[in-house]
Amino acid sequence: MLSTDKNEMYLHGINVSPGICIGKAYLVGKEGVDVVDKYFISKDNLQNEIKRFQSAVKRAKDKLQEIIESTPEELRQHIHILETHKVLYKDKMLYGKTIETIEKERVNAEWALKEVVSNVKRMFRNMTDPYLKGRVADIVHVSQSIMQNLVGAKPLDISAIEKRVILVAVDLSPAETSQIQLEKIKGLITDLGGKTSHTGIIARTLEIPAVLGLENATHLIKNDDIIIVDGTSGIVIVHPDDTTLIEFEERKSSYENYKAVITRSSHLPAETTDGVKLEVLGNIELPEEVASVINYGGDGIGLYRTEFQYLSRLDFPDEHDLFENYKDVVEVMAPGTVTIRTLDISGDKAVPYASNSDEKNPDLGLRGIRYCLKQPEIFKTQLKAILRASAFGPVRILLPMISCHEEILAAKKILNTAADSLYKEGIAFNDHVQVGIMIEVPSAVIMADVMAKDVDFFSIGTNDLIQYSLAVDRVNRQVAHLYQPLNPAIIRMIKHVADIGKNSGVEVCMCGEMAGDPVNIPILLGLGINKLSMNPQSIPAIKKIIRSLNAKDAESFIKDVLKEKSESGIMELLLSTYRSIVFEIGYSEPFSPANNS
Amino acid sequence: MNNSSNELSRHVTIVNDLGLHARSAAKIAKLVQNVKSNVWIIKDGEKADASSIIDILTLVCPKGTKITLTIDDQSDLGILNKLAQMIESGFGE
Repeated sequence: MLSTDKNEMYLHGINVSPGICIGKAYLVGKEGVDVVDKYFISKDNLQNEIKRFQSAVKRAKDKLQEIIESTPEELRQHIHILETHKVLYKDKMLYGKTIETIEKERVNAEWALKEVVSNVKRMFRNMTDPYLKGRVADIVHVSQSIMQNLVGAKPLDISAIEKRVILVAVDLSPAETSQIQLEKIKGLITDLGGKTSHTGIIARTLEIPAVLGLENATHLIKNDDIIIVDGTSGIVIVHPDDTTLIEFEERKSSYENYKAVITRSSHLPAETTDGVKLEVLGNIELPEEVASVINYGGDGIGLYRTEFQYLSRLDFPDEHDLFENYKDVVEVMAPGTVTIRTLDISGDKAVPYASNSDEKNPDLGLRGIRYCLKQPEIFKTQLKAILRASAFGPVRILLPMISCHEEILAAKKILNTAADSLYKEGIAFNDHVQVGIMIEVPSAVIMADVMAKDVDFFSIGTNDLIQYSLAVDRVNRQVAHLYQPLNPAIIRMIKHVADIGKNSGVEVCMCGEMAGDPVNIPILLGLGINKLSMNPQSIPAIKKIIRSLNAKDAESFIKDVLKEKSESGIMELLLSTYRSIVFEIGYSEPFSPANNS
Repeated sequence: MNNSSNELSRHVTIVNDLGLHARSAAKIAKLVQNVKSNVWIIKDGEKADASSIIDILTLVCPKGTKITLTIDDQSDLGILNKLAQMIESGFGE
């Protein structure tokens, strides 16, 4: 029945980014983010439209030429494909046909290009030869870079996104998330994904309410449906009735007020009632995020993820590009310290030009330090860029995915060659840059006492540590409930690392999602973790909680926590002791329609 | 064989292992960029524009394929000869 379509419908998903938004749904096509708009061009303007297309192609081609010229010798094997791309830009079937389409159909260049590319794609799809079939990727790549130039030159024309819609998608790949202008959308919901997926991280970074893992949202929601996204409690309401709308408008403004209040006090130090000072830092992915770390009152950058500069481009960035980026961050954050994590290419962030095989189990495969040690030149390029940035403010180097002691030594050896070549080139850098490791593989926890002798600091990456220790794929909805930060096994592992840190004088920081969740703070404080790094927007709330806790009390509270046998037991204990502090209304109290009326 | 040097077509066989793949197609397209008129690659009666990588790839020419190269204008004869030679030498691969 058509009428039942309009009934209010509640969907439950995973709350990945807090906040409430109300708006129209915008479904993203299966082929990826499709924001191409179609409009007609008047006869007088056709030549201009063609020129606009030609200049977009020229810019894309020039940029590629720059990349080719600046590619270092050791990466020259990638060049052949780039030379092919260069010729493809002017290919009749792509370039000529697009101009023809603009003229014939009198449509905008974006739309013409999109049509031409989908025709070419169709031709290739019918081929049997797998190599030739695979060439579609080259054509898509080339056309995307033209499209980016077209759209970038006329940003106001992406009217679909200008409408401030709520994006509804099956899933968004990191590459897609980096292409669409997420800051222009109101909210985001997807069928797949979870709290620690890349999409979730980006949504929180940009402060867009987001609910992921809804399973079938793309089937139940149609374009232009009115929906409410409650990213705080993980609920999506389709076709809300008037009472629901009013209720959520109120919840929205009370959340925003709450946020304004805690943000105002965010520059006060994170000091417990008994005078223990904690350092609260920000995790960032894009250089621009430094501004939010400072705005939210962060003391520095505890984790600068560097993968982003390697994404959405044709080839590896060079030393200069990387250096410029790092320098920007370091200069703005100084005198605060910036901890830069070296390239951690992982399964869920696959960089197209760097993936050489289909790994069955990428999380257990060639990622993090393993990849870098296999590609010493790429690693050395990044290390040189980081070292150069150290001349502009305090910098530390963080090595990801360390699973055995030899990896630390091998990485340090490459770091030394990087320092040597800078020295020879006469480029300034700080030769006492601290080196630390991510503790995110269980073997690193167990060997922490040995590893402590060769590093300056530990940084506990809880996302992976929990996933590897509890053998839970955090994106898999079937087992997502087993992904428990407060599992007694995890708490004991953290305690082990914290104790070794204390005994050996190695500083311990926590930079996983766990550090930014208010619920965990009394426990982390009790374990003696006094350096926490989180998404910038979590900083104010965490600092506020720290200011209302007592460190001595937390230490004795931990003794009781360690006696518990299960996560639920620990949660109960937490609630009975700290409920009023860690569950502030409007922040993490789960919303349930039943007790809210 | 009417493969005399002023005919407007050449019969050649693909000898390189990979056939007309992206890199070799790019080499062809680059070479014919400056022709006066058109250069065509014909396989089993199907015709591809030699200046388009996409067109060449969609013709599907693995190693051993017999193709005919033709030009529309006498003045492109030099390029036709170069092209035939490039294909017969296996693109120097």
